[in-house]
Amino acid sequence: MDIKILGTGCVNCKNLETLTRKVLTELGLDIEIEKVTDPSEIVSWGVMSTPALVLDDEVVFSGRIPPADDLKKLLAAR
Amino acid sequence: MSTPTLTSTEPAPRSNVRRWAPVAAGAVLWWALYHWNLPFWNWVMYDVAGLDPESHWGSGVHFFFYDVSKILLLLSGVIFLVTVLRSFMSVERTRALLGGRRQGVGNAAAAGLGVVTPFCSCSAVPVFMGFVAAGVPLGVTLSFLIASPMVNEIAIVLLFGLFGWQIAALYIGFGLIIATFAGILLGRMNLERWVEPFVFETKLRGKPIDPSRGLSWDDRLTMAREEVVSIIRKVWPYLLVGIGVGAAIHGWAPADWFAAHAGGPLGVPIAVVIGVPLYSNAAGVMPIVEVLHDKGLPMGTVLAFMMSVVALSLPEMILLRRVLKPKLIATYVGVVATGILATGFLFNAIL
Repeated sequence: MDIKILGTGCVNCKNLETLTRKVLTELGLDIEIEKVTDPSEIVSWGVMSTPALVLDDEVVFSGRIPPADDLKKLLAAR
Repeated sequence: MSTPTLTSTEPAPRSNVRRWAPVAAGAVLWWALYHWNLPFWNWVMYDVAGLDPESHWGSGVHFFFYDVSKILLLLSGVIFLVTVLRSFMSVERTRALLGGRRQGVGNAAAAGLGVVTPFCSCSAVPVFMGFVAAGVPLGVTLSFLIASPMVNEIAIVLLFGLFGWQIAALYIGFGLIIATFAGILLGRMNLERWVEPFVFETKLRGKPIDPSRGLSWDDRLTMAREEVVSIIRKVWPYLLVGIGVGAAIHGWAPADWFAAHAGGPLGVPIAVVIGVPLYSNAAGVMPIVEVLHDKGLPMGTVLAFMMSVVALSLPEMILLRRVLKPKLIATYVGVVATGILATGFLFNAIL
C-alpha cells in the first residue's frame, strides 16, 4: 500500500501524520508515509483543503482529520 | 476498488436524545455562565477580595478576570455554532459556485462565500492555485482571499458582544464591500503577469473530494467540539496578552486620553500603520479595541485598527509569496489598506 499525506506543513497535517503512524502501528503494518508539501503537487491531486490522505493514488479524504476508528477501517481494508 | 465510507460509523448511530441532550445542556450552562459573569466577578473582587472599584488596581484586575471569562465564553459558543454551520460548506463547493462567474457579481459572491467557507490561512496557497487553475478569475479569487480573514466570525461575535449588533453589521458590510471592490480593482489591473507562471500550468487531475459531503450530525458536533478546543488552545496566549494590555489601559490610562491625543484625522492612518504589521488574531485584539474605545478612541479608528490586524497578516503574505510576485503582494496590501482607511474615515464621519 502506498500512503501519501498532502499538506503544506500546517498543524493538522502533522497531527494527521502522527495519527496515521499510530494506526499503522496498531495494525502491525510497517509502511513508509510519503509527505507531499509542494503546493503544485497537492493541487494537482485536486486537493485544496489540507491535510489530505492519498492511498494507492486515490484521495480518500481531505480537509479534516478523520476519527481514529474510521482511519483504522480505511487502512485495514486495503 | 471501493472507498469505505468514512463517516457513517457502522454501529447504530446515537439516538437523538443522546446526541442532542448534551448540546442542550451545554447551551443552558453557557447562558447561565454568561448571564452571571459580571455579578460573579463583582462579588469576588469587590465583596470577597475587598478591592476598590474606583482604584486602578481594583478596576484593572476586575476587568481582566471579567473579560477573560466573557471572551472565552463568547469564543467557545461562537466557534461551536460556526463550525457546525460551516461543516455544510467547503472550498471545493465554493469553487464550484464561483466557476464561470465574471468580474463584479463574481467578486461579490466570492466575498460572501469567503465569510461562510471554512478556510485556514495555511491552505491559502493550494486554494489560490486550485481556484485559478479551475478558471476562477484572479480578481474573484482575491476577493475570496481578502474576505475570508477580514470578515472573521470571531471578530463579528466579539464586536456584537462588546459593541452591539449595529457595529457588527457595519463591520460585516464594510468588510464585504472592501473585499468585493479590492478584487474588482485588482482584477481590472490585469495582474496575471505578477502571478508565478507555474500556477497557470497546474493541471488538475483526480476528482476533488468535497469534505462537506457525507457527514452525519455526530460528525459535525464532534468537529465543532474539537474546533473549540483547538482554537482556544491556539488563541489563549494572544487573549491573555491582549486582555492584560487592555486591563492596564483600562485601569491606568485616564478617560478620554485617546480622544484628546488620537482623535484627530491622523488617528485612522496611524491605526492602520500600526495594525498591518501587528500579527495577532481577533481574539487578542478585541480586548484592546474595547478598551481603546472606552477611553475615547472613535469607532472608525478602532474598526480600522481591528480590520488591518486581522485582514493583512505577514505569515499569510509570506505563504502567498510562493505563488504571487512581490509587486502583486504589495499592490494587494496597498489596495486593502486603502479600503480600510476609507472605511475608518467614513465611520468616524458618520458615527
